[in-house]
Amino acid sequence: MTEQFEPLIIGFTCNWCSYRAADLAGTSRKQYPPNIRLIRLMCSGRLSPEFVLKALQGGADGVMITGCHPGECHYLEQNFKALRRFALLKRVLAQMGIEPERVRLVWASAAEGVHLAQEITDMVEAVRALGPLDWAGVASNGSAHAIPAAEIVGEEVSA
Amino acid sequence: MSENGKPKFGMYWAASCGGCEIAVLNIGEHILDVDAVFDIALWPVAADFKYEDVRNYPDGYIDICLFNGAIRTSENEEIAHLLRKKSKVLVAFGSCAYEGCIPALSNFTSKEATFKAAYLDNPSTDNPDGVLPQTVTEVPEGELYLPEFYNTVKALSDVVEVDYTIPGCPPEPHQIWAVLQAVVAALTQGAELPPPGSIIGAGNVALCEECERVKSEKIIERFYRPYEITPDPEICLLEQGMICMGPATRSGCGALCPKVGMGCRGCYGPLEGVEDHGARMLTAIASVIDVGKPGESEDEINRKLEEVLDTIPDPAGTFYRFSMARSILKRAKVNGDGHKGGAQ
Repeated sequence: MTEQFEPLIIGFTCNWCSYRAADLAGTSRKQYPPNIRLIRLMCSGRLSPEFVLKALQGGADGVMITGCHPGECHYLEQNFKALRRFALLKRVLAQMGIEPERVRLVWASAAEGVHLAQEITDMVEAVRALGPLDWAGVASNGSAHAIPAAEIVGEEVSA
Repeated sequence: MSENGKPKFGMYWAASCGGCEIAVLNIGEHILDVDAVFDIALWPVAADFKYEDVRNYPDGYIDICLFNGAIRTSENEEIAHLLRKKSKVLVAFGSCAYEGCIPALSNFTSKEATFKAAYLDNPSTDNPDGVLPQTVTEVPEGELYLPEFYNTVKALSDVVEVDYTIPGCPPEPHQIWAVLQAVVAALTQGAELPPPGSIIGAGNVALCEECERVKSEKIIERFYRPYEITPDPEICLLEQGMICMGPATRSGCGALCPKVGMGCRGCYGPLEGVEDHGARMLTAIASVIDVGKPGESEDEINRKLEEVLDTIPDPAGTFYRFSMARSILKRAKVNGDGHKGGAQ
């Protein structure tokens, strides 16, 4: 039996709601798994899809995007932009062969520490069940150099 | 080779369609100037040189080498290394060498699936024995060799250092000519070349800046494929619901496609500093969809949003049409059985 796989999840949180929800979970001593690494943005609308791709490519097994509930955005309607980007990104990720469970969108107000902790726990277990993403392995598949560079530009051909 | 003191010009094609060669010839009568100024050292489409001739050149013999085509096979890679060694200035010429272009769309699938489509399932292919290309084949006369076909298409800069990049599918002739003039000025009059690593023969702003269509607010209720709509000749195509990569794409071509009613397909690549062309386009498209207003229920928003997105049949193939080999993910994850984990 090998060691249990511990998924690495990158969580993007909004300064005004979900980051505070995570804080509230902490101060309320509500536990959630340490597999998630939270990154605070000012708003879910700041989230470029490149952040998600970069996280997955860089070794994350999943990404959680969090923001204020629709209609409650500190910047009025930027979380609608996040929602639209996420919906389109999900389709692109499916074409990239990435399971839908690996990238999630969760709304959590500053009062919803328990809810956020539960979502994190659920996601960690879902990704654990899927296994590692290992994008470095995916990207290098078949691109190994069969011939060392030194050999193929070798001097063996007589001048 | 005669030593007449002329600078040496090389052009090579790897995984490409030949359009880049035609683009060079499309500089018109200037091609005579190219011939007058340069000595051709390698140009498979126009002159009869062998790989062995190139191997016999001293290192750095070719003054400027335009390398077009992506890295799809071990032969492409071998020649990339060879030309890097033999060239003073190596230019990734065109979208394939720069970012994979159309050949790199096969990074959405596997080598096995590509072979299946090309050699087995193709309706115009007669291959009853199911013969597939092999790297080594035994014949009565001995062994025959073919280059290895890679699972993942790469950009030129993934395998060797590249001095300059000229984007475009293909690069526009007036841009090619401008670059060649700059090179000639550098070689003959000591003019300064752009800083190494630059993208040359292109603009530095988004394509929309050089597109003459009238732009106002972009609020889109659904998207149309080109055959579904006859676009207004004056108004921004994106505003009319046609996918146009203009907002995320580098200028330089003169907005040729939008000019004739076809949305920009993105062949000049991303803007300076952008790591992932497709993701930027995704952001631009998602921003203009007219769904999601305060007061709407979440279910309602999601339902409408999915309806709008259903009008974009192949988002990844559309947004990464030219840039897959240079994207953040570079390829799709394809399982052993040829299926994708995320596929519906």
